[in-house]
Amino acid sequence: MHMPEPDSAVLAERDDIIAGLRSLVPGEGVIAGGTALKAYETDGFTAYRQPPFAVVLPETVDQVAAVLRFCQARAVKVVPRGAGTSLSGGALPLADGILLGLSRFNRILDIDLANACAVVQPGVTNLAISEAVDADGYYYAPDPSSQIVCTIGGNVAENSGGVHCLKYGLTTNNLLGLEVVLMNGDVVRLGGKHFDAPGYDLMGVMTGSEGLLGVITEVTVRLLRKPEAAQALLLGFGANAAAGDCVARVISGGIVPAGMEMMDRDAIHAAEEYCHAGYPRDVAALLIVELDGPPVEIDTLLTRVEGIAAQAGATHIRRSRNEVERLAFWAGRKAAFPAIGRISPDYIVMDGTIPRGRLAEVLVKTAEFAAQYELRVANVFHAGDGNLHPMIMYDANKPGDLEKAETMGADILKLCVAVGGVLTGEHGVGVEKRDLMGVMFSEDDLNHQQRLKCAFDPDGRLNPGKVFPTLRRCAELGKMHIHRGQMPFPDLPRF
Amino acid sequence: MAEVLRPETDAQVREAVAWAVAEETPLEIVGSGSKRGFGRPVDAAHVLDLSGLSGITSYEPEELVLSAHAGTPMAEIEAALSEKNQMLAFEPPDFGPLYGGEAGRGTIGGVLACNLSGPRRFAAGAARDHLLGFTAVSGRGEAFKAGGRVVKNVTGYDMSKLMAGSFGTLGVLTEVTVRVVPAPETVRTVVCLGLPVGIYQETFRAAVAAAVEPTGLAAYGGYEIEIPVVQRIRDFGGEVGAFRLEGPAKSVEVRAARLKQVLHDEFSDTFDAKFDELDQTESESFWRGVGNAELFTTDKARDWDLWRLSIAPTDSDHASNVLDAFFKYELFVDWGAGRILFGGEPAEDAHADHVRTALGYLKSGGHATLVRAPDDVRRRVPVFHPEPEALAALSRRIKESFDPRGILNPGRMTGAV
Repeated sequence: MHMPEPDSAVLAERDDIIAGLRSLVPGEGVIAGGTALKAYETDGFTAYRQPPFAVVLPETVDQVAAVLRFCQARAVKVVPRGAGTSLSGGALPLADGILLGLSRFNRILDIDLANACAVVQPGVTNLAISEAVDADGYYYAPDPSSQIVCTIGGNVAENSGGVHCLKYGLTTNNLLGLEVVLMNGDVVRLGGKHFDAPGYDLMGVMTGSEGLLGVITEVTVRLLRKPEAAQALLLGFGANAAAGDCVARVISGGIVPAGMEMMDRDAIHAAEEYCHAGYPRDVAALLIVELDGPPVEIDTLLTRVEGIAAQAGATHIRRSRNEVERLAFWAGRKAAFPAIGRISPDYIVMDGTIPRGRLAEVLVKTAEFAAQYELRVANVFHAGDGNLHPMIMYDANKPGDLEKAETMGADILKLCVAVGGVLTGEHGVGVEKRDLMGVMFSEDDLNHQQRLKCAFDPDGRLNPGKVFPTLRRCAELGKMHIHRGQMPFPDLPRF
Repeated sequence: MAEVLRPETDAQVREAVAWAVAEETPLEIVGSGSKRGFGRPVDAAHVLDLSGLSGITSYEPEELVLSAHAGTPMAEIEAALSEKNQMLAFEPPDFGPLYGGEAGRGTIGGVLACNLSGPRRFAAGAARDHLLGFTAVSGRGEAFKAGGRVVKNVTGYDMSKLMAGSFGTLGVLTEVTVRVVPAPETVRTVVCLGLPVGIYQETFRAAVAAAVEPTGLAAYGGYEIEIPVVQRIRDFGGEVGAFRLEGPAKSVEVRAARLKQVLHDEFSDTFDAKFDELDQTESESFWRGVGNAELFTTDKARDWDLWRLSIAPTDSDHASNVLDAFFKYELFVDWGAGRILFGGEPAEDAHADHVRTALGYLKSGGHATLVRAPDDVRRRVPVFHPEPEALAALSRRIKESFDPRGILNPGRMTGAV
């Protein structure tokens, strides 16, 4: 993994630049040395580490704008960061760049239940939003598994998902407005408390842009009324293919579950040993299917899903009888990552999405890869929306093991693309999948994406080295190749 | 006289755009042309007509995904989905008749390029939420793609959002992939007859708070023009609020009963409402009428100027009060009071100053779109709400990145873009 070469001119002016930043963000807002920087040298993708040039923690939008203008003028790169839970290295610092932390933007500004929305600062955690409106019967739907600590600003930057995407969508489907500071210091407001602002949908473009287009300073999220009830089924199957078949039949049966999760044998066993969720151990695959809504509807649909599961060959069918049981069904799934962490010194989580129908085939090939690379892999899967999370276990202390795990991960992601899927469903490209972008996109595809970046950040100061395998200058991207020719397809009829 | 180019393959689209780039001659991009009246009129020497680029290329019901060439008629797509008991959740409206054309002629590319969504928008998202991926030719004459055929995808920038609602000013869509969903098993509509205009937003809010999961929340004043769909409601002639409930029959029945109870308990002191219910067939035709703004296609209203306000629902009552001070109009409220469609007799500037001044009085702002007015009015008056300068400058830079010579639908969104 190569990051852009540090700019020696910036490194040489270090003291002067830090003094400049301190004048813009006074007090404790600039961390420029010592052990404090160490806390910021990595994010949730811990395979890579790099202490930043400095950490800047602004408190106001004006400060953010001033810092970005300053960095623009002094050619200093900027890496924005929320809580640093990115699993793809989205907040990996640069040696010649500041890490712009939004942790001080931690206030909920406005809860407006009458308009079913809340206006929050980007450093507010995902879960804090739902907790703030819980007593009133509302919640914010996207629920990434890091929701206790991850921030809404980071969720927007990564277009985070969670287990309820199938029915309730990703972050992008649950936003109404954003305030964004551009690299030139301009502050723009996108959307508001209303739907579908006119003009280009730049709120949609900002969402999932991985900190490359602007710095988010305010978010207006949609709040949903909590469903009246929720109930889950635990289904065990003797083969992955049978579980995959069950998923397909539920969907084609016209049922949209609130969540539909799958775990393979290794993931089931790891979870069971870790938290004793009560999962059957004698199955190859486990499905958790959750329905929500009015109890009468849940009952009708769960009965149908049970029928479908039986037809698909389920060997275990259990329906949660109360909230305690429902949460127990989920406990193992939600603890899948730490459970793997307990049985392996290190692991990396992959995040490809595939068409649901190709599940069994992809799991078979994944097992073949594991045998080939002599690494263990356990799979959890947002089966409802085809988002696969193979967890590849390795030992960072064993020379070459990380590289082997990364190569195997890349093989899995290439397979995802080959069967009609994509490289990343919710974790982002970051540095992790950057060099695989060419597997999914042509040069023209990537050039058009980078031209979008040019409109926001023409000098490429924001989060360079992420998402795109090759950094191109905007001047070069702007060149046109004109071929004068005849009026096209002259043999076609004209009117 | 504009010449029409009618490509039949993606390669021909690229060829046509590359030619226009070289000649620096602007193109007006149309599917069937059914929504040509939406947006500022385009001045272009040539028309690029995508209707020859038609047909569903892939439909996998169990994957909830459909791909089609951009010029595929919506009617064809809806028929294919209906056969598998599926639908587009954003309920694309058919604006053909609104612009004086026939019904059923719009294309999937046109619907997405205009980001048009129907009554289910507030519950299920807009067109932009359901476009999963596309191929297009940019104003540089280069073909490019983005997104994919799966719902959960964050690989690269979300270019689908950029293309949805860009009115063909950044690229010519050639193929699109959309998310589809199962059609609801049953649909019923609780109709509240005599619901006063000042109250409807609160009743919508009560419906949401009661967790009855409405998928349509609309109201209209019923003053002089009529919603031409359901005879019983037409006969009533007064103010009407409509609450759509969808799902398994038992669930809909329970929720309908609870909704009526809640409305009775919370509002019986305020007004004397009568309840009625629309069955499946009536509901379908009623909500189609709502989505297609049929209210403004009647003989009486077909020449009226038509505006769309998108606002915070709690501002809706205030908005109509402010507008009352300026001119006479008929309004229709949708999206749980988040959208107001209103129309009135044609005026020199379609009352644009009044409408946009009125928005300025609202607590949470919003935007106003001139959905229908004569060509000359739409040339003079910004059709879409003007953006503040920093945002407008950013939009111009994006346009320049994708269409440096300004050949794709010049002026359609603003005079400048």
